[in-house]
Amino acid sequence: MDELVLIASGAEANLYRGRFLGYDVVVKHRVSKPYRDVKLDLMIRRDRTLTEAKIMLLAMSLGVRVPTVLYVDLENSIIVMEYVEGVLLRDYIGLVDEGVRRAYLELLGVYVGKLHKNDITHGDLTTSNVIVSSNGSLYIIDFGLSKISNDVEDKAVDIHLLMRSFESIHYNMSKELLTYFLRGYRSVLSPNEVNDILNTVKEIRLRGRYVEERRVRKS
Amino acid sequence: MIVLGIESTAHTFGVGVVEDRPPYILADKRVNYVPSRGGIHPREAALYFMDNAVKVLREALSEAKLSVKDVDGIAVALGPGLGPCLRVGATIARALATYFRKPLVPVNHAVAHIEIGKLLTGFKDPLIVYLSGGNTMILAFSDGRYRVFGETLDIALGNFMDTFVREVGIAPPYVVNGVHKLDMCADEGKNFINLPYVVKGQDVSFSGLLTAALKLFRSGVYDLRDICYSVREVAYTSIVEVSERGLAHTKKKELLIVGGVAASKVLRTKFEVLSMLRGVRLGVVEPKYAVDNGVMIAWTGLLALKHGVSVEPERAYVRQRWRPDSVDIPWMS
Repeated sequence: MDELVLIASGAEANLYRGRFLGYDVVVKHRVSKPYRDVKLDLMIRRDRTLTEAKIMLLAMSLGVRVPTVLYVDLENSIIVMEYVEGVLLRDYIGLVDEGVRRAYLELLGVYVGKLHKNDITHGDLTTSNVIVSSNGSLYIIDFGLSKISNDVEDKAVDIHLLMRSFESIHYNMSKELLTYFLRGYRSVLSPNEVNDILNTVKEIRLRGRYVEERRVRKS
Repeated sequence: MIVLGIESTAHTFGVGVVEDRPPYILADKRVNYVPSRGGIHPREAALYFMDNAVKVLREALSEAKLSVKDVDGIAVALGPGLGPCLRVGATIARALATYFRKPLVPVNHAVAHIEIGKLLTGFKDPLIVYLSGGNTMILAFSDGRYRVFGETLDIALGNFMDTFVREVGIAPPYVVNGVHKLDMCADEGKNFINLPYVVKGQDVSFSGLLTAALKLFRSGVYDLRDICYSVREVAYTSIVEVSERGLAHTKKKELLIVGGVAASKVLRTKFEVLSMLRGVRLGVVEPKYAVDNGVMIAWTGLLALKHGVSVEPERAYVRQRWRPDSVDIPWMS
């Protein structure tokens, strides 16, 4: 692989751009964090690299667009994947009109619905982890905290995190965004599944230390 | 402008008096309710506050060499916190405001921790990590409010630490000479034992860690000191990791640690490493003002009063679960 150019330094990994086997690629390197115990550090990086690569392949097989995984080096916590040219959904949302916004949020709902239907949870689902590519496709990225889980709690956390990214970044249109998202989401999952998940989202939100709404014990 | 502030959200009853010019702090008096066993009993704490409130108020006024007549407003922490405790402070504040005809300023306790931290560190727009017995939150200012970027999904870091050391039989007291019992125990350990490390997006969770750690302890296989070390490592690291995520996300250049748990040296070292790693300035509020106090309430009340924030005494209800992200911050814009 020839020259790598650092394109982003995220919270847990450095992203480099380069060429690999003739492809335009992103090299994701999970860096060691000097603030954690060495053993814990190795464990976290190795586990997350392995899970991320496995789940990206799985997602792709389900028809959810993710960057194609080309190479994995577990010992050094490195994943080489396809480079997707585009803009983050987080930045894109405010730039386009309602119709486009609705289309992308619905599609995101469909993708997340497919993942959840197959017991895959993303673990860090925010509008910063979705790319609208130059050719108009939607890609979900950063599966570093994802896992295989049939636990309704994990699926609900995905929805909770996405809702919070709406509320904290896109606060003036968060209701609208959620409505569009849920339209796509409901088209994939059964009404019962969706209800279970959304009820758990409510529970999670009430579990936070301080929330205004009272917790009412079910009798 | 001079404002008197009253804090009574949990185990501290404090009265502070501040002015809008250096040296800012004119008086700082407080008493702490210390349970003889277990955690804070809200009613016992409230009774203790009632017994001491007048004395603390008098001492604060005499330290400031002022009478209530001389202040421009009465600020009070109306939440979040324990109901019975909050009501003591609220009752006194309502009475003072009504009798002396002073504006009553409602203050959110979490916002007050942030504002006193900013005053003491000189930070303007930091990413805030708020860690205390009852709170674990990552916040940042955006469009008029302190928005919550991450928080605990169940118990708070301080509560987790207290519960763990109590259950393994090394507390209370929880803190000796400013050092928490978990830190004391962990300093003696060195072998890392695998425990559930939970980071969900920008949120953390400690209930699973607590259960797993107590199970390890009860199995009798491991040295308590190694368990303490591992528990601390997992708990602190997950907080530092979500802080790093917050920094990456918000691009803030200042990192401010507030709240009682900020006193931990090991946690502080981890944050120092993080700040160097990300090239941000680190501010840790000195222990005296990192814990609950009346000064921070008075100071935040002063900022609010300058922007015309006040409440009619008959409408000054306590709010036990008052979220900081529901409070408008007019003085930041």
